Amino acid sequence: MTLLETIIISLIKIVLIVVLLLLSVAYMVYFERKVSAWIQNRKGPNRVGWFGLLQPFADVFKLLFKEDIVPDKANKTLHTLAPFIALFVAFSTYAVIPIGPPVEILGYKINLVVADVNIGILWVLALTSLGVYGITFAGWSSGSKHSLLGGIRSSAQMISYEVSMGFSIAGVLLLSQSLQPMKIVQAQYGWMWNAVVQPIGFITFVVSAFAETNRLPFDLPEAEPELVGGYHTEYSSFKFAGFFLAEYANMIVASMVIVTLYLGGWQIPYIDKLGLNNNLTVLLQIGAFLLKTAFILFFFLWVRWSIPRFRYDQLMNLGWKVMFPLSLLNIVWVAVLIMIFGL
Amino acid sequence: MTEKKRIKNLSLMERIYIPEIAKGMWLTLKTMFKPSVTLQYPEVKFEPTGSYRGRPVLVKDQNEVERCVACGLCARVCPALAIEVQASETELEKERYPQKFEINMLRCIFCGLCEEVCPEEAIVMSKDYELVFSNRDDAIFGKDKLLVPVENLKERLDFLRKFKG
Repeated sequence: MTLLETIIISLIKIVLIVVLLLLSVAYMVYFERKVSAWIQNRKGPNRVGWFGLLQPFADVFKLLFKEDIVPDKANKTLHTLAPFIALFVAFSTYAVIPIGPPVEILGYKINLVVADVNIGILWVLALTSLGVYGITFAGWSSGSKHSLLGGIRSSAQMISYEVSMGFSIAGVLLLSQSLQPMKIVQAQYGWMWNAVVQPIGFITFVVSAFAETNRLPFDLPEAEPELVGGYHTEYSSFKFAGFFLAEYANMIVASMVIVTLYLGGWQIPYIDKLGLNNNLTVLLQIGAFLLKTAFILFFFLWVRWSIPRFRYDQLMNLGWKVMFPLSLLNIVWVAVLIMIFGL
Repeated sequence: MTEKKRIKNLSLMERIYIPEIAKGMWLTLKTMFKPSVTLQYPEVKFEPTGSYRGRPVLVKDQNEVERCVACGLCARVCPALAIEVQASETELEKERYPQKFEINMLRCIFCGLCEEVCPEEAIVMSKDYELVFSNRDDAIFGKDKLLVPVENLKERLDFLRKFKG
Protein backbone atom coordinates (compact mmCIF):
# COMPACT_ATOMS: atom_id res chain seq x y z
CA MET A 1 0.00 0.00 0.00
CA THR A 2 1.33 3.41 -0.90
CA LEU A 3 1.25 6.30 1.50
CA LEU A 4 -1.56 7.99 -0.43
CA GLU A 5 -3.72 4.89 -0.29
CA THR A 6 -3.14 4.53 3.43
CA ILE A 7 -4.13 8.15 4.00
CA ILE A 8 -7.29 7.83 1.89
CA ILE A 9 -8.35 4.62 3.60
CA SER A 10 -7.72 6.12 7.04
CA LEU A 11 -9.71 9.23 6.14
CA ILE A 12 -12.65 7.12 4.97
CA LYS A 13 -12.52 5.18 8.23
CA ILE A 14 -12.37 8.37 10.31
CA VAL A 15 -15.30 9.99 8.50
CA LEU A 16 -17.35 6.82 8.81
CA ILE A 17 -16.59 6.46 12.50
CA VAL A 18 -17.33 10.11 13.32
CA VAL A 19 -20.62 10.11 11.41
CA LEU A 20 -21.72 6.81 12.96
CA LEU A 21 -20.64 8.06 16.34
CA LEU A 22 -22.58 11.32 16.15
CA LEU A 23 -25.68 9.46 14.99
CA SER A 24 -25.39 6.85 17.70
CA VAL A 25 -24.88 9.56 20.33
CA ALA A 26 -28.02 11.33 19.12
CA TYR A 27 -29.99 8.11 19.32
CA MET A 28 -28.46 7.22 22.68
CA VAL A 29 -30.11 10.37 24.03
CA TYR A 30 -33.36 9.31 22.42
CA PHE A 31 -33.16 5.82 23.91
CA GLU A 32 -32.16 7.18 27.28
CA ARG A 33 -35.45 9.08 27.33
CA LYS A 34 -37.39 6.14 25.93
CA VAL A 35 -36.00 3.62 28.41
CA SER A 36 -36.55 5.98 31.32
CA ALA A 37 -40.14 6.41 30.12
CA TRP A 38 -40.73 2.67 29.87
CA ILE A 39 -39.31 2.10 33.32
CA GLN A 40 -41.61 4.78 34.72
CA ASN A 41 -44.74 3.60 32.86
CA ARG A 42 -44.63 6.58 30.52
CA LYS A 43 -44.41 6.80 26.74
CA GLY A 44 -41.39 9.05 26.20
CA PRO A 45 -40.84 11.36 23.21
CA ASN A 46 -43.28 10.41 20.46
CA ARG A 47 -44.31 13.68 18.82
CA VAL A 48 -41.38 14.79 16.63
CA GLY A 49 -41.29 12.54 13.61
CA TRP A 50 -42.22 8.90 13.47
CA PHE A 51 -42.28 7.55 17.07
CA GLY A 52 -40.35 10.67 18.05
CA LEU A 53 -37.33 9.56 16.07
CA LEU A 54 -36.48 13.15 15.10
CA GLN A 55 -36.48 14.30 18.74
CA PRO A 56 -32.66 14.29 19.10
CA PHE A 57 -32.35 16.68 16.16
CA ALA A 58 -34.98 18.97 17.60
CA ASP A 59 -33.02 18.98 20.88
CA VAL A 60 -29.75 19.78 19.11
CA PHE A 61 -31.26 22.66 17.12
CA LYS A 62 -32.85 24.05 20.27
CA LEU A 63 -29.45 24.03 21.99
CA LEU A 64 -27.77 25.67 19.01
CA PHE A 65 -30.19 28.59 19.05
CA LYS A 66 -29.70 29.29 22.77
CA GLU A 67 -27.63 32.22 23.96
CA ASP A 68 -24.07 31.30 24.89
CA ILE A 69 -23.58 32.72 28.39
CA VAL A 70 -20.15 33.03 30.00
CA PRO A 71 -20.19 34.15 33.65
CA ASP A 72 -18.34 37.39 34.56
CA LYS A 73 -16.11 35.62 37.07
CA ALA A 74 -15.19 32.85 34.64
CA ASN A 75 -11.75 32.23 33.21
CA LYS A 76 -12.83 32.69 29.60
CA THR A 77 -10.07 30.65 27.95
CA LEU A 78 -10.46 27.55 30.09
CA HIS A 79 -14.22 27.91 30.13
CA THR A 80 -14.23 27.67 26.34
CA LEU A 81 -11.53 25.02 26.20
CA ALA A 82 -13.13 22.58 28.65
CA PRO A 83 -15.98 21.21 26.49
CA PHE A 84 -13.56 20.75 23.61
CA ILE A 85 -11.22 18.69 25.79
CA ALA A 86 -14.17 16.53 26.84
CA LEU A 87 -15.27 16.08 23.22
CA PHE A 88 -11.77 15.45 21.88
CA VAL A 89 -11.13 12.75 24.46
CA ALA A 90 -14.46 11.07 23.89
CA PHE A 91 -14.04 10.94 20.13
CA SER A 92 -10.39 10.00 19.81
CA THR A 93 -10.72 6.95 22.05
CA TYR A 94 -12.69 5.26 19.28
CA ALA A 95 -9.63 5.16 17.09
CA VAL A 96 -8.26 1.97 18.64
CA ILE A 97 -11.41 -0.13 19.01
CA PRO A 98 -11.74 -2.91 16.43
CA ILE A 99 -15.30 -3.52 15.27
CA GLY A 100 -14.52 -6.60 13.21
CA PRO A 101 -11.80 -8.96 11.95
CA PRO A 102 -9.44 -7.84 9.16
CA VAL A 103 -11.26 -7.86 5.80
CA GLU A 104 -10.31 -7.63 2.17
CA ILE A 105 -12.12 -4.91 0.19
CA LEU A 106 -11.20 -4.21 -3.47
CA GLY A 107 -7.94 -6.03 -3.02
CA TYR A 108 -6.87 -4.04 0.05
CA LYS A 109 -6.40 -5.79 3.36
CA ILE A 110 -8.21 -3.52 5.81
CA ASN A 111 -8.31 -3.64 9.58
CA LEU A 112 -11.73 -2.58 10.83
CA VAL A 113 -10.16 -0.12 13.25
CA VAL A 114 -8.93 3.40 12.59
CA ALA A 115 -5.51 2.87 14.18
CA ASP A 116 -4.39 -0.67 14.93
CA VAL A 117 -1.63 0.48 17.28
CA ASN A 118 0.19 -1.97 19.50
CA ILE A 119 -0.46 0.08 22.67
CA GLY A 120 -4.20 0.52 22.09
CA ILE A 121 -5.27 -0.20 25.65
CA LEU A 122 -2.69 2.23 27.00
CA TRP A 123 -4.15 4.84 24.64
CA VAL A 124 -7.64 4.20 26.02
CA LEU A 125 -6.43 4.49 29.61
CA ALA A 126 -4.43 7.64 28.89
CA LEU A 127 -7.29 9.38 27.14
CA THR A 128 -9.92 8.50 29.72
CA SER A 129 -7.60 10.00 32.35
CA LEU A 130 -7.29 13.13 30.22
CA GLY A 131 -11.07 13.34 30.23
CA VAL A 132 -10.88 14.44 33.86
CA TYR A 133 -9.25 17.68 32.74
CA GLY A 134 -12.28 18.65 30.68
CA ILE A 135 -14.57 18.30 33.66
CA THR A 136 -12.18 19.75 36.24
CA PHE A 137 -11.39 22.77 34.05
CA ALA A 138 -15.10 23.29 33.49
CA GLY A 139 -15.70 23.19 37.22
CA TRP A 140 -12.83 25.46 38.17
CA SER A 141 -13.08 28.02 35.35
CA SER A 142 -16.80 28.69 35.79
CA GLY A 143 -16.15 30.64 38.99
CA SER A 144 -19.15 29.13 40.72
CA LYS A 145 -19.21 27.02 43.87
CA HIS A 146 -21.48 24.36 42.41
CA SER A 147 -19.27 23.89 39.40
CA LEU A 148 -16.15 23.80 41.54
CA LEU A 149 -17.57 21.12 43.81
CA GLY A 150 -18.58 19.09 40.77
CA GLY A 151 -15.10 19.41 39.30
CA ILE A 152 -13.39 18.40 42.54
CA ARG A 153 -15.66 15.41 43.00
CA SER A 154 -15.04 14.38 39.44
CA SER A 155 -11.28 14.42 39.75
CA ALA A 156 -11.30 12.55 43.08
CA GLN A 157 -13.73 9.96 41.74
CA MET A 158 -11.93 9.43 38.45
CA ILE A 159 -8.55 9.01 40.13
CA SER A 160 -9.83 6.47 42.65
CA TYR A 161 -11.64 4.39 40.07
CA GLU A 162 -8.85 4.59 37.53
CA VAL A 163 -6.75 2.47 39.89
CA SER A 164 -9.15 -0.45 40.02
CA MET A 165 -9.84 -0.04 36.31
CA GLY A 166 -6.15 -0.34 35.51
CA PHE A 167 -5.72 -3.38 37.75
CA SER A 168 -8.75 -5.08 36.18
CA ILE A 169 -7.27 -4.50 32.76
CA ALA A 170 -3.97 -6.00 33.98
CA GLY A 171 -5.78 -9.32 34.34
CA VAL A 172 -6.86 -9.16 30.72
CA LEU A 173 -3.36 -8.24 29.58
CA LEU A 174 -1.87 -11.19 31.46
CA LEU A 175 -4.01 -13.55 29.42
CA SER A 176 -3.65 -11.94 26.01
CA GLN A 177 0.02 -10.93 26.50
CA SER A 178 -0.55 -7.87 24.33
CA LEU A 179 -1.77 -4.29 24.58
CA GLN A 180 -3.18 -4.44 21.07
CA PRO A 181 -7.02 -4.54 21.11
CA MET A 182 -7.05 -6.77 18.00
CA LYS A 183 -4.86 -9.36 19.74
CA ILE A 184 -6.90 -9.14 22.94
CA VAL A 185 -10.02 -9.95 20.96
CA GLN A 186 -8.31 -12.82 19.16
CA ALA A 187 -7.12 -14.21 22.51
CA GLN A 188 -10.76 -14.62 23.57
CA TYR A 189 -11.41 -17.32 21.00
CA GLY A 190 -14.48 -19.55 21.51
CA TRP A 191 -15.91 -19.27 25.01
CA MET A 192 -12.65 -17.99 26.48
CA TRP A 193 -14.27 -14.61 26.96
CA ASN A 194 -12.62 -12.70 29.75
CA ALA A 195 -16.00 -12.17 31.40
CA VAL A 196 -16.21 -15.94 31.80
CA VAL A 197 -12.58 -16.53 32.75
CA GLN A 198 -12.29 -13.66 35.24
CA PRO A 199 -15.76 -12.64 36.43
CA ILE A 200 -14.39 -10.57 39.34
CA GLY A 201 -12.31 -8.50 36.96
CA PHE A 202 -15.34 -8.04 34.74
CA ILE A 203 -17.46 -6.72 37.61
CA THR A 204 -14.77 -4.36 38.89
CA PHE A 205 -14.13 -3.09 35.39
CA VAL A 206 -17.80 -2.48 34.66
CA VAL A 207 -18.27 -0.65 37.97
CA SER A 208 -15.18 1.46 37.32
CA ALA A 209 -16.43 2.18 33.80
CA PHE A 210 -19.65 3.51 35.30
CA ALA A 211 -17.62 5.76 37.60
CA GLU A 212 -15.34 6.89 34.78
CA THR A 213 -18.23 7.90 32.56
CA ASN A 214 -19.95 9.73 35.44
CA ARG A 215 -23.11 7.73 35.03
CA LEU A 216 -25.53 6.93 37.80
CA PRO A 217 -25.05 5.50 40.41
CA PHE A 218 -21.76 7.43 40.32
CA ASP A 219 -22.83 10.71 38.74
CA LEU A 220 -21.66 12.80 41.68
CA PRO A 221 -19.99 15.47 39.51
CA GLU A 222 -23.45 16.38 38.22
CA ALA A 223 -25.66 15.35 41.15
CA GLU A 224 -28.61 17.58 40.22
CA PRO A 225 -30.27 17.68 43.67
CA GLU A 226 -27.13 18.91 45.44
CA LEU A 227 -25.05 20.74 42.85
CA VAL A 228 -27.62 22.28 40.47
CA GLY A 229 -25.86 20.97 37.35
CA GLY A 230 -22.45 20.12 38.78
CA TYR A 231 -19.51 21.03 36.57
CA HIS A 232 -21.73 22.22 33.70
CA THR A 233 -23.93 24.53 35.80
CA GLU A 234 -22.53 27.62 34.07
CA TYR A 235 -22.62 26.23 30.55
CA SER A 236 -25.25 26.91 27.96
CA SER A 237 -25.87 26.58 24.26
CA PHE A 238 -23.32 24.70 22.23
CA LYS A 239 -20.75 24.36 25.01
CA PHE A 240 -23.32 22.54 27.09
CA ALA A 241 -24.18 20.42 24.07
CA GLY A 242 -20.48 19.57 23.93
CA PHE A 243 -20.52 18.13 27.45
CA PHE A 244 -23.78 16.38 26.77
CA LEU A 245 -22.38 14.83 23.62
CA ALA A 246 -19.16 13.88 25.38
CA GLU A 247 -21.04 12.11 28.17
CA TYR A 248 -22.92 9.89 25.74
CA ALA A 249 -19.89 9.39 23.51
CA ASN A 250 -17.96 8.29 26.60
CA MET A 251 -20.70 5.82 27.40
CA ILE A 252 -20.43 4.32 23.95
CA VAL A 253 -16.63 4.16 24.26
CA ALA A 254 -16.93 2.49 27.64
CA SER A 255 -19.36 -0.11 26.27
CA MET A 256 -17.11 -0.80 23.31
CA VAL A 257 -14.09 -1.19 25.59
CA ILE A 258 -16.04 -3.54 27.85
CA VAL A 259 -17.06 -5.62 24.84
CA THR A 260 -13.53 -5.65 23.45
CA LEU A 261 -11.83 -6.54 26.71
CA TYR A 262 -14.33 -8.87 28.33
CA LEU A 263 -17.07 -10.04 25.96
CA GLY A 264 -14.92 -11.32 23.15
CA GLY A 265 -15.16 -8.24 20.89
CA TRP A 266 -16.48 -9.29 17.49
CA GLN A 267 -16.05 -13.03 18.20
CA ILE A 268 -18.98 -15.38 17.90
CA PRO A 269 -18.14 -18.72 19.55
CA TYR A 270 -17.60 -21.58 17.07
CA ILE A 271 -18.74 -19.61 14.01
CA ASP A 272 -15.79 -21.00 12.00
CA LYS A 273 -17.10 -24.54 12.60
CA LEU A 274 -20.27 -23.73 10.63
CA GLY A 275 -18.37 -23.46 7.36
CA LEU A 276 -20.00 -20.18 6.34
CA ASN A 277 -18.92 -17.93 3.49
CA ASN A 278 -16.06 -15.66 4.57
CA ASN A 279 -17.89 -12.39 3.85
CA LEU A 280 -20.99 -13.54 5.68
CA THR A 281 -18.88 -14.48 8.69
CA VAL A 282 -17.33 -11.01 8.79
CA LEU A 283 -20.75 -9.34 8.55
CA LEU A 284 -22.11 -11.56 11.31
CA GLN A 285 -19.12 -10.77 13.49
CA ILE A 286 -19.51 -7.01 13.01
CA GLY A 287 -23.20 -7.47 13.83
CA ALA A 288 -22.26 -9.42 16.96
CA PHE A 289 -19.95 -6.62 18.08
CA LEU A 290 -22.64 -3.99 17.59
CA LEU A 291 -25.23 -6.15 19.34
CA LYS A 292 -22.99 -6.71 22.34
CA THR A 293 -22.26 -2.98 22.51
CA ALA A 294 -25.95 -2.20 22.27
CA PHE A 295 -26.68 -4.56 25.12
CA ILE A 296 -24.05 -2.96 27.35
CA LEU A 297 -25.42 0.47 26.43
CA PHE A 298 -28.89 -0.67 27.38
CA PHE A 299 -27.41 -1.95 30.62
CA PHE A 300 -26.00 1.54 31.28
CA LEU A 301 -29.44 3.08 30.82
CA TRP A 302 -31.16 0.33 32.77
CA VAL A 303 -28.84 0.83 35.76
CA ARG A 304 -29.27 4.58 35.63
CA TRP A 305 -33.03 4.35 36.02
CA SER A 306 -32.94 1.61 38.68
CA ILE A 307 -30.29 2.54 41.22
CA PRO A 308 -30.08 5.67 43.37
CA ARG A 309 -26.92 7.77 43.59
CA PHE A 310 -24.14 6.84 46.02
CA ARG A 311 -23.18 9.28 48.75
CA TYR A 312 -19.71 10.75 48.31
CA ASP A 313 -18.11 8.85 51.22
CA GLN A 314 -19.79 5.61 50.12
CA LEU A 315 -18.37 6.16 46.65
CA MET A 316 -14.83 6.56 48.00
CA ASN A 317 -15.35 3.64 50.36
CA LEU A 318 -16.43 1.41 47.51
CA GLY A 319 -13.62 2.55 45.27
CA TRP A 320 -10.71 2.11 47.66
CA LYS A 321 -11.87 -0.54 50.10
CA VAL A 322 -13.86 -2.84 47.82
CA MET A 323 -13.05 -2.36 44.15
CA PHE A 324 -9.30 -1.94 44.63
CA PRO A 325 -8.75 -5.17 46.67
CA LEU A 326 -11.13 -7.05 44.36
CA SER A 327 -9.19 -6.05 41.28
CA LEU A 328 -5.95 -7.15 43.00
CA LEU A 329 -7.63 -10.45 43.86
CA ASN A 330 -8.51 -10.79 40.18
CA ILE A 331 -4.88 -10.47 39.16
CA VAL A 332 -3.96 -13.23 41.62
CA TRP A 333 -6.78 -15.37 40.23
CA VAL A 334 -5.61 -14.90 36.64
CA ALA A 335 -2.02 -15.61 37.63
CA VAL A 336 -3.11 -18.85 39.34
CA LEU A 337 -5.08 -19.83 36.23
CA ILE A 338 -2.03 -19.26 34.07
CA MET A 339 0.21 -21.19 36.48
CA ILE A 340 -2.12 -24.21 36.69
CA PHE A 341 -3.71 -24.45 33.27
CA GLY A 342 -1.03 -22.61 31.31
CA LEU A 343 -3.66 -20.58 29.46
CA MET B 1 -15.48 10.19 66.59
CA THR B 2 -17.63 7.34 67.79
CA GLU B 3 -19.33 5.31 65.17
CA LYS B 4 -23.08 5.58 65.15
CA LYS B 5 -24.83 2.30 65.81
CA ARG B 6 -27.69 1.71 63.43
CA ILE B 7 -30.99 0.31 64.60
CA LYS B 8 -30.86 -2.38 61.98
CA ASN B 9 -27.48 -3.28 60.56
CA LEU B 10 -27.42 -4.67 57.05
CA SER B 11 -27.05 -8.40 56.62
CA LEU B 12 -24.20 -9.84 54.58
CA MET B 13 -26.39 -10.39 51.52
CA GLU B 14 -27.44 -6.74 51.65
CA ARG B 15 -23.89 -5.54 52.19
CA ILE B 16 -22.44 -7.14 49.07
CA TYR B 17 -24.88 -4.98 47.07
CA ILE B 18 -25.08 -7.22 44.01
CA PRO B 19 -28.16 -9.32 44.96
CA GLU B 20 -30.06 -6.22 46.07
CA ILE B 21 -29.10 -4.40 42.88
CA ALA B 22 -30.21 -7.41 40.83
CA LYS B 23 -33.54 -7.34 42.65
CA GLY B 24 -34.04 -3.68 41.82
CA MET B 25 -33.04 -4.18 38.21
CA TRP B 26 -35.46 -7.09 37.87
CA LEU B 27 -38.25 -4.84 39.12
CA THR B 28 -37.49 -2.10 36.60
CA LEU B 29 -37.20 -4.69 33.83
CA LYS B 30 -40.66 -6.01 34.67
CA THR B 31 -42.04 -2.47 34.74
CA MET B 32 -40.64 -1.84 31.29
CA PHE B 33 -43.11 -4.29 29.76
CA LYS B 34 -46.16 -2.95 31.53
CA PRO B 35 -48.51 -0.70 29.55
CA SER B 36 -47.93 3.01 30.05
CA VAL B 37 -50.42 5.13 31.94
CA THR B 38 -49.83 8.25 29.83
CA LEU B 39 -52.80 10.01 28.26
CA GLN B 40 -51.96 11.65 24.94
CA TYR B 41 -53.31 14.95 26.23
CA PRO B 42 -54.66 17.14 23.45
CA GLU B 43 -56.24 14.10 21.76
CA VAL B 44 -57.24 12.12 24.85
CA LYS B 45 -58.47 14.11 27.79
CA PHE B 46 -58.46 13.25 31.45
CA GLU B 47 -62.04 12.73 32.66
CA PRO B 48 -62.14 13.67 36.37
CA THR B 49 -64.55 12.15 38.89
CA GLY B 50 -66.98 14.07 41.07
CA SER B 51 -64.34 14.68 43.71
CA TYR B 52 -62.27 16.82 41.32
CA ARG B 53 -61.94 20.52 42.11
CA GLY B 54 -61.86 22.32 38.77
CA ARG B 55 -62.91 25.93 38.19
CA PRO B 56 -65.74 27.14 40.44
CA VAL B 57 -69.05 27.73 38.67
CA LEU B 58 -72.52 29.03 39.57
CA VAL B 59 -75.37 26.54 39.44
CA LYS B 60 -78.19 27.47 37.06
CA ASP B 61 -81.44 25.76 38.05
CA GLN B 62 -84.05 24.30 35.72
CA ASN B 63 -85.93 27.63 35.70
CA GLU B 64 -82.92 29.27 34.03
CA VAL B 65 -82.12 31.34 37.13
CA GLU B 66 -79.00 31.06 39.29
CA ARG B 67 -79.40 29.63 42.79
CA CYS B 68 -77.14 32.32 44.23
CA VAL B 69 -78.75 34.77 46.66
CA ALA B 70 -75.72 37.05 46.75
CA CYS B 71 -75.10 36.64 50.47
CA GLY B 72 -71.39 37.27 49.84
CA LEU B 73 -70.16 34.47 52.10
CA CYS B 74 -68.02 33.08 49.30
CA ALA B 75 -66.40 36.44 48.70
CA ARG B 76 -65.82 36.78 52.44
CA VAL B 77 -64.23 33.32 52.83
CA CYS B 78 -62.14 33.36 49.67
CA PRO B 79 -58.50 33.31 50.87
CA ALA B 80 -57.23 34.64 47.56
CA LEU B 81 -59.85 37.44 47.33
CA ALA B 82 -60.82 36.20 43.89
CA ILE B 83 -64.61 36.65 44.15
CA GLU B 84 -66.58 39.86 43.83
CA VAL B 85 -70.36 39.89 44.38
CA GLN B 86 -72.81 42.76 44.03
CA ALA B 87 -76.31 42.02 45.27
CA SER B 88 -79.58 43.36 43.93
CA GLU B 89 -83.33 42.73 44.50
CA THR B 90 -85.54 40.47 42.45
CA GLU B 91 -89.26 39.71 42.20
CA LEU B 92 -88.56 35.98 42.63
CA GLU B 93 -89.07 34.07 45.88
CA LYS B 94 -85.35 34.26 46.80
CA GLU B 95 -85.66 38.10 46.80
CA ARG B 96 -81.92 38.71 46.22
CA TYR B 97 -79.72 37.88 43.26
CA PRO B 98 -76.17 38.75 42.24
CA GLN B 99 -76.26 41.66 39.83
CA LYS B 100 -72.57 41.14 39.27
CA PHE B 101 -70.63 37.97 40.15
CA GLU B 102 -67.01 37.84 39.11
CA ILE B 103 -64.25 35.35 39.81
CA ASN B 104 -60.73 36.32 38.91
CA MET B 105 -59.30 33.03 37.68
CA LEU B 106 -55.75 34.36 38.03
CA ARG B 107 -56.31 34.65 41.78
CA CYS B 108 -58.43 31.53 42.36
CA ILE B 109 -56.51 28.76 44.09
CA PHE B 110 -59.16 26.05 43.67
CA CYS B 111 -59.41 25.48 47.42
CA GLY B 112 -63.16 24.94 47.30
CA LEU B 113 -63.90 27.04 50.40
CA CYS B 114 -66.54 29.03 48.51
CA GLU B 115 -68.37 25.83 47.71
CA GLU B 116 -68.08 24.63 51.30
CA VAL B 117 -69.43 27.83 52.80
CA CYS B 118 -72.31 28.34 50.36
CA PRO B 119 -75.70 27.88 52.10
CA GLU B 120 -77.61 27.47 48.82
CA GLU B 121 -75.30 25.00 47.05
CA ALA B 122 -75.09 27.68 44.43
CA ILE B 123 -71.35 27.75 43.77
CA VAL B 124 -69.64 24.41 43.14
CA MET B 125 -66.35 23.23 41.72
CA SER B 126 -66.69 21.86 38.18
CA LYS B 127 -64.56 19.40 36.24
CA ASP B 128 -63.25 22.11 33.96
CA TYR B 129 -59.44 22.27 34.12
CA GLU B 130 -58.53 23.86 30.80
CA LEU B 131 -58.17 27.52 31.74
CA VAL B 132 -56.23 29.54 29.22
CA PHE B 133 -56.32 33.30 28.69
CA SER B 134 -54.32 35.58 26.46
CA ASN B 135 -54.71 38.64 28.70
CA ARG B 136 -55.58 39.53 32.26
CA ASP B 137 -59.04 40.92 31.46
CA ASP B 138 -60.10 37.61 29.95
CA ALA B 139 -59.18 35.90 33.19
CA ILE B 140 -61.99 37.63 35.07
CA PHE B 141 -65.01 35.39 34.58
CA GLY B 142 -68.40 37.14 34.80
CA LYS B 143 -71.84 35.59 35.13
CA ASP B 144 -71.92 34.73 31.43
CA LYS B 145 -69.06 32.27 31.87
CA LEU B 146 -69.86 31.15 35.40
CA LEU B 147 -73.45 30.00 34.97
CA VAL B 148 -73.67 26.29 34.26
CA PRO B 149 -76.92 24.28 33.98
CA VAL B 150 -77.52 22.01 36.98
CA GLU B 151 -77.63 18.86 34.80
CA ASN B 152 -73.95 19.28 33.95
CA LEU B 153 -72.96 19.41 37.61
CA LYS B 154 -74.93 16.42 38.80
CA GLU B 155 -71.88 14.32 39.67
CA ARG B 156 -70.31 17.02 41.84
CA LEU B 157 -73.62 17.76 43.60
CA ASP B 158 -74.10 14.04 44.32
CA PHE B 159 -70.55 13.85 45.65
CA LEU B 160 -71.13 16.85 47.92
CA ARG B 161 -74.36 15.41 49.32
CA LYS B 162 -72.72 12.08 49.95
CA PHE B 163 -69.61 13.31 51.72
CA LYS B 164 -70.49 16.73 53.11
CA GLY B 165 -73.81 15.64 54.66
